[in-house]
Amino acid sequence: MSRAEAASPEETVPRAEAVRGVSPLWTFGLLRSELLTTFRRWRTLALLAVLAAVPILVGIAVKIETGDGSSAGPGEGGGPAFISQITNNGLFLVFTALAATLPFFLPMSIGVVAGDAIAGEANAGTLRYLLVAPAGRTRLLLTKYATVMVFCLVATLVVAVSALTVGAILFPLGDLTTISGTRISFADGLGRALLIALVVAASLMGVAALGLFVSTLTNSGIAAMATTVGLLITVQILDQIPQLHALQPYFFSHYWLSFADLMRDPVYWDDLTKNLGLQALYAAVFGSAAWARFTAKDITA
Amino acid sequence: MAPYESDDSTSAGETDDLRAGRRKAARYVVPVAVVGVAAATIGLVPALADSGDPNLPKISAQQLIEKIAKSDVQQMSGTVKISTDLGLPDLGGLESSLTSGATRGSGDGSSADPSAKLTELATGTHTVRVAADGPDRQKLSLLENAAEYSLIHNGKDVWGYDSRSNSVYHSAGHDSADARKKQEQAPATPDQLAKEALKAVDGTTSVSVQGTAQVAGRDAYRLVIKPKDTGSTVGQITVAVDAKTGLPLKFTLTPASGGAAVIDAGFTQISFARPAASTFDFKTPKGAKVTEDKGHENGSLKGDGRHGAPGKDLGKGMPGKDLGKDLGKGPGGMNVIGEGWDSIATFDTGGKGVPSGSEAGGQFGGFLDSLGDKVTGKFGSGTVFKTRLINALITDDGKVYVGAVDKDVLVKAANAG
Repeated sequence: MSRAEAASPEETVPRAEAVRGVSPLWTFGLLRSELLTTFRRWRTLALLAVLAAVPILVGIAVKIETGDGSSAGPGEGGGPAFISQITNNGLFLVFTALAATLPFFLPMSIGVVAGDAIAGEANAGTLRYLLVAPAGRTRLLLTKYATVMVFCLVATLVVAVSALTVGAILFPLGDLTTISGTRISFADGLGRALLIALVVAASLMGVAALGLFVSTLTNSGIAAMATTVGLLITVQILDQIPQLHALQPYFFSHYWLSFADLMRDPVYWDDLTKNLGLQALYAAVFGSAAWARFTAKDITA
Repeated sequence: MAPYESDDSTSAGETDDLRAGRRKAARYVVPVAVVGVAAATIGLVPALADSGDPNLPKISAQQLIEKIAKSDVQQMSGTVKISTDLGLPDLGGLESSLTSGATRGSGDGSSADPSAKLTELATGTHTVRVAADGPDRQKLSLLENAAEYSLIHNGKDVWGYDSRSNSVYHSAGHDSADARKKQEQAPATPDQLAKEALKAVDGTTSVSVQGTAQVAGRDAYRLVIKPKDTGSTVGQITVAVDAKTGLPLKFTLTPASGGAAVIDAGFTQISFARPAASTFDFKTPKGAKVTEDKGHENGSLKGDGRHGAPGKDLGKGMPGKDLGKDLGKGPGGMNVIGEGWDSIATFDTGGKGVPSGSEAGGQFGGFLDSLGDKVTGKFGSGTVFKTRLINALITDDGKVYVGAVDKDVLVKAANAG
């Protein structure tokens, strides 16, 4: 893994300082070095590039398809949410892109980053060195989780910003119509887009905690990533089976698309709060499970 | 990877003593406790929040009905949850192709046409938002997955907007009263369902007030309407009436056969504040497909509005009309036999009528046969189609008897007719 070479110059500095004593600031140093390691990795950059490419592809496809003046999407309203509105207002590309990436691309990249968080270190043989520093396992785990959450936010914002840029270049902007048929100003729409991006990032909290827990179970980074992504796909499939409707409200992906409720006027909060509550529950359950596992684990690598 | 791979349990067993192992195991109590607390919260909070039935001054059924009649809520907004379970067989794609075929036949195929959209309310669970500000401005929105269908009445205009396909339906030029009438006919709010149910109250019905309930955070009386006739498939209708305003908040229709409610429509949230003016302000979005109602569709709009409120058509036999239409036969002149809950609508499809499987032919014919029960009587023979609420007898000579009554009553009516 390239991690060791890439990380060592940044990591040695804060860790050397830390020997003098544990201060709260030190946690930020750890977080900063974790963030730098994560975001300097080619793998992370490639994931972000793929995410940025999705809105570009959607935007160009819609532009080509509607070049002759017809409206986007099949007349009966198929395709991702909001796609029929893109030609009228580029801002809708943000919502369409998020709706298109949320079921798979976003959680998959979160699964890769979260699954790699602990297991990847163990695999590369760097985990024990991280623990030599007086950080404590709990603090290291929290830092790892915080890093994954920052990645969630960055990944979502990459999609949103890329979509907004493409939307602004290819399509007109301006006042927009909410899905309830009322009109809001462009500034209001932009605010809602930002809010939606935040909600989407928060929707990934559950997957992030799940990935981190899986990551503490194994010493193989690849195995942890594959397990997390596999679980993600399994849950998405189970969420489609009507016979399981009694269980479905407890699947972490069940309320993901509720972010579209922010585009109603007035906003319909029921499913949004259910989604956020469910994500918090997943974060608490799998976060504490990861803590129980990680703090009790023998670090052999 | 392989050299680093280690099985933790074996190394733990080698190095750790029992006490350390226990301490480690104890950490797993935390996630288990979190799950436990969450499960308890999910289970208990609704039970705790249900603070019991409110104490309200006693009121007679007559007074309560007057209260409903006098109720004049001009400004309100709220969310209604409607569950309809007519016990129709799960037809899957066939059902939707039937209904879409039927609506496409009457409308022009625009997905923003109210007649096409409100048909959806007839099955399953839906969330509907309603807002009203006086007689001139109302809005009804059907919440869908990442989309919404809105029906907006503002002064002279009635707009339908389907956000999924970005298409608009517009009907203008009706005077306000007419438009209001139309608006009233279309949606299925507890209020409208209850008023329709009360119209059916006569000698054949017993009405009583049975306790109180909390609906959408408001104290309400429970009005129970029961048919006295034993032949009806309607078990009872419960209407929760807001104690302060007299507005019906929840409407539940349970079938005589027991089981889950056939129709359950109730507010989950309601506010009597004036909705924002922008709620009713609709401008056609850029690029939307607009369908103008030329006026000749008035009839079809009204007729199809009834799809949305199956409950209020009880005993009027309207579903029979729909059935007839779905089968592709225009209904002939319709008669109503009997009174009250046991009334049966009958009409002649003209000629050889419907559906023995072999006549209709093909897959569809076999399907029809599998749905119905063959019956014979003085009238000859026919097929009874059953749902949990509405039963229909279609005789082989093309007569149709429909009502919210059981099979025997239909056969008796056919024998008499």
